[in-house]
Amino acid sequence: MQPIIRVENLVKVYRTGKVEVRALQGVTFEVHPGEFIAIMGPSGSGKTTLMNILGCLDTPTGGRYVLDGVEVSSLRENQLAEIRNRKIGFVFQNFHLLPRLTAFQNVELPLLYASVPKSIRVRRVRDLLERVGLGERMHHRPNELSGGQMQRVAIARALVNDPAIILADEPTGNLDTLSGEEIMSIFQELNEEGRTIILVTHERDIAQHARRVIHFRDGRILKNEDVTDRIDARQLLEELKRQRNLLEEAG
Amino acid sequence: MNFSESFQTALFNLLANKLRSFLTMLGVIIGVASVVAMVSLGQGMRAQIVDQISSLGSNILTVIPGRVRQGAGPMGMFMARGGGNVLKYEYFQELRATPFPGIRAVTTEATTSLPVTFARESVFVNVVGTTPELLEIRNFMLLGGRSFSGYDYSYSRKVAILGHTVAQDLFGDPLLAVGASIRVGRTIFTVVGVLEPKTMGGQDLGNQVFIPLTTFRQYLTGDRYLRNIIVQVDDKENIPLVSQWLSDFFRRKIGDPEQFSILNQQDLLETVESVTGTVTLFLAVIAGISLLVGGIGIMNIMLVSVAERTREIGLRKAIGAKPRDILLQFLLESSFLSLVGGVVGLVLGILAGRTMASFSQFPFVLSPQVMVLALSVSLAVGLFFGIYPARRASRLDPITALRYE
Ligand SMILES: Nc1ncnc2c1ncn2[C@@H]1O[C@H](COP(=O)(O)OP(=O)(O)OP(=O)(O)O)[C@@H](O)[C@H]1O
Ligand SMILES: [Mg+2]
Repeated sequence: MQPIIRVENLVKVYRTGKVEVRALQGVTFEVHPGEFIAIMGPSGSGKTTLMNILGCLDTPTGGRYVLDGVEVSSLRENQLAEIRNRKIGFVFQNFHLLPRLTAFQNVELPLLYASVPKSIRVRRVRDLLERVGLGERMHHRPNELSGGQMQRVAIARALVNDPAIILADEPTGNLDTLSGEEIMSIFQELNEEGRTIILVTHERDIAQHARRVIHFRDGRILKNEDVTDRIDARQLLEELKRQRNLLEEAG
Repeated sequence: MNFSESFQTALFNLLANKLRSFLTMLGVIIGVASVVAMVSLGQGMRAQIVDQISSLGSNILTVIPGRVRQGAGPMGMFMARGGGNVLKYEYFQELRATPFPGIRAVTTEATTSLPVTFARESVFVNVVGTTPELLEIRNFMLLGGRSFSGYDYSYSRKVAILGHTVAQDLFGDPLLAVGASIRVGRTIFTVVGVLEPKTMGGQDLGNQVFIPLTTFRQYLTGDRYLRNIIVQVDDKENIPLVSQWLSDFFRRKIGDPEQFSILNQQDLLETVESVTGTVTLFLAVIAGISLLVGGIGIMNIMLVSVAERTREIGLRKAIGAKPRDILLQFLLESSFLSLVGGVVGLVLGILAGRTMASFSQFPFVLSPQVMVLALSVSLAVGLFFGIYPARRASRLDPITALRYE
């Protein structure tokens, strides 16, 4: 099967004044449809830099990036915007919801930029918000939502244009364990439905939800391993909830 | 993103900052209001003067003694130099007797100042000796009674037509004057008609008494000289031709071309129009400066807005907004601000102009061009001063914008 993402010898150099930071120093890998990949590595190892390039938010200094058969480095700004809009769903660590818009309106935004007609927009946004368990919170603003709920809105927004791939940069980084687990269960569910996901994380526990882990260090891939002892988020959630209920009953 | 959605987004953003949007608009409101008020006032002034000049009759050439310079004086009015006893009664008679194509009527005014008395009331007025055609040429309307007849003129009848002010001063009710006997100087006249009130440039034209020129010469003064000779041309097209012919005629009679002038009402109108046009432009430019300041206010606020919403712009770009989507959104915001400011300013300008006009002698004239101009200029201001902030927003790099604190 044709890979959905292929990067070859990807290099990114940041220049700030006289200092040169080589954030990526030749990264090569492939992602096939239906994969669930976790990228792990110490702080400053270039994970976010890689994700931004994969998300077409940034351009590499060197190397090739082929997304869904398209050579991304050859694209112009408008075409990149279109790819960000249709092919990629990006989930950020700090959610990046627009504070003045409701959950519904935030999820609707990518559809607006895709010029999807209103009737279809309404149906799609509603379905997705219900799917991430926010059917009741559709017309709340971000400041009326918990961190986990905000991230679920952000996931719904990432999914709304039915992208080829979901990119999530530390999506659970700002969440407590339970909310993080809820997010991971949504990702696992999406992956079971066949969606391709790449996720960046610091935490081994989170990475264990994926099918494959890419270890990063100093802008290079250290190793590439399949996850053997995979965590099933749904089971774990039930377990966590049971424990909490027990604690509550005891206390 | 289509236009109506961009528009909704823009409106939403403006409404989220109501006070700020209003204050920004205020600059444009004041600018447009002053432009509209000033231009309308200028046009009112012009309309009034043009109206008054036209009310003195149309297609008229006036021959007067002396040399005239046009365009001098504060309002560019005609200023005469020299003059005096040049226009003889005989010239007038000869002119009247000579048919020339294009001339519709010839009349004249000989004037003297005399006391006019009825009962114990006496006023000092301008007595004008003229022909029956004058009232029509000059557009004087009869309030009551009749005009002169040919007989009045040929038999030197002692009949008079009173200006409105004179009749009012002597009789209280002007209509009571018709049929009454009055004394002009030492001669008894019968009042046959009274005129409607008339002013020109704030000057009262009702303070005159008109009598037949023949009577004037026979009973009031033996003076051979006339104040002017008035020629009415049948068609505007013929004015240059008749003017040339008149010029030749009087040069033959008088000899020295410096001794007389031929005033063309059309020239006067054009002068007035150009002078009031300049005044209006001047007012508009001053008012336009405040519009410019309003525009700079918009630019300032849009720049602040772009800076404040950097993260929002970054996010919008990250989920697929194209540069032109962002550009359109900000341009719509600035043009909406200025256009609404323009509409409000237009309304306020009309109200202010009306109020000012009601305190002055000029009418309020609101031309559709001014309205269209005010609205299009305010829209242009919004676009012009909005384009820089909008471009800046549209060119933000998504990563940098998302990281912005
Ligand atoms: N805009 C930038 N300008 C200069 N240097 C940068 C920039 N962005 C990142 N870097 C540098 O590039 C390197 C990789 O940064 P990156 O953010 O990709 O790390 P990371 O793996 O995501 O770290 P973390 O786990 O802390 O998020 C770091 O040394 C960082 O300082
Ligand atoms: Mg990072």
